[in-house]
Amino acid sequence: MRNRFDEQLFALNREMIEMGAMCEEAIASAAKALTTGDMELAAKVKRNSGVIDQMERDIEGRCMKLLLHQQPVARDLRVISATLKMITDLERIGDQAEDIAEIVTFLNGHTMEGMEVIEEMARRTIGMVTESIDAFVKKDVELAEQVIARDDIVDDCFSRVKCDIISMIAEQSADGEFALDLLMIAKYFERIGDHATNIAEWVIYSVTGTHKEG
Amino acid sequence: MSIISAKDLCLWYGDHQALKNINIELSDRNITALIGPSGCGKSTFLKTLNRMNDLIPGVKITGDIRYEGTDIFSNEVDVNQLRKEIGMVFQKPNPFPMSIYDNVAYGPRTHGITNRVKLDEIVEQALRDAAIWDEVKDRLKKNALGMSGGQQQRLCIARALAVQPKILLMDEPTSALDPISTSRIEELVMELKEKYTIIMVTHNMQQAVRVSDDTAFFLLGELVEFGKTDDIFSQPGDPRTEDYITGRFG
Repeated sequence: MRNRFDEQLFALNREMIEMGAMCEEAIASAAKALTTGDMELAAKVKRNSGVIDQMERDIEGRCMKLLLHQQPVARDLRVISATLKMITDLERIGDQAEDIAEIVTFLNGHTMEGMEVIEEMARRTIGMVTESIDAFVKKDVELAEQVIARDDIVDDCFSRVKCDIISMIAEQSADGEFALDLLMIAKYFERIGDHATNIAEWVIYSVTGTHKEG
Repeated sequence: MSIISAKDLCLWYGDHQALKNINIELSDRNITALIGPSGCGKSTFLKTLNRMNDLIPGVKITGDIRYEGTDIFSNEVDVNQLRKEIGMVFQKPNPFPMSIYDNVAYGPRTHGITNRVKLDEIVEQALRDAAIWDEVKDRLKKNALGMSGGQQQRLCIARALAVQPKILLMDEPTSALDPISTSRIEELVMELKEKYTIIMVTHNMQQAVRVSDDTAFFLLGELVEFGKTDDIFSQPGDPRTEDYITGRFG
């Protein structure tokens, strides 16, 4: 019975890796669409958001089945309950990548080319999502803590983008709508960083049984 | 406050050491679950608490068990009185082949109560406490062997309660029962906690989680871990406990 349970937990890990990979791809594609103005890529991100939603429901179903069939305790219970929380964060990450892709379609020819800080936010948040899932699969508390620490850098990036936007408005080098879109995009990336942090915190809980303070 | 405490308790069946240096304090009006794989010593420990093991030839015990501060192995202890205060319910319901009333009245009668009115009161109260009064009040003179398994087990609990014990020892009390009877016994055990201390051996991990306040995990005669049930089943301190409760062995 335990072997079968281990197989089911292994399958759960695999599905989490797949969902994490889908989210990473969504962020990367949304970021690329931003810099290149590629409408087709933006449309693909929106389509894939539905796939991520479906993955959330599938993993949720698997977790409910495991709770029902295996009545897990201790580490097994923590892993399954943490998974149920993490998929909500992953689904939100997918939504925010979709929101970014949607803004691309309103940019009227503007691109983020030259906006290095936003590119940096995209790169960093993709890394945070990848490593938070990696930490979950490997039960690596140290890696999860590194992810949490890196959220400060993303928050700092957001502050820098805000300053840049204020300068752009002062210099009248960007129209108001574009400036607001930029701010929204930066905020979505900042939120993606927060969700990756949540995932990392759940990893720590699933391994240690205690929640990280703050 | 602890009602039972064991200190450096060891027990041998001949050459085989079944309990190794057990140190534990069990709280009053609490439900303690004893868990562990077969042969780990949990039932032996349970039976030692009211000296049921005295009846087995070749048993040797060292160390100390105190019930309300008194050494239960002392020569001054009246074993019958000890077993009156520390009652026991077994795995398989074992009603006597007599009426429901006589089953419950058996204990009080052996302790000298003959007054019919007094006996009626005791029998009714014990059956009420065991949550079976409403089912049997109209057939108290019927033979107890005609009851269902779940009813028989509640009757056995009533029989144990009739001598007004302080502690109830239960050795896998639901393992021979269907899910509905099991659920009734579990509810009953939680109600009994108001008046009695309950120490229960169980192989059903979910039952331990549902019912008990504290859990003790035994392995190969040792007490590996003892603590709050919620802690043991969410964050066990010893990897052997984790491996057992998650089904990796046993």
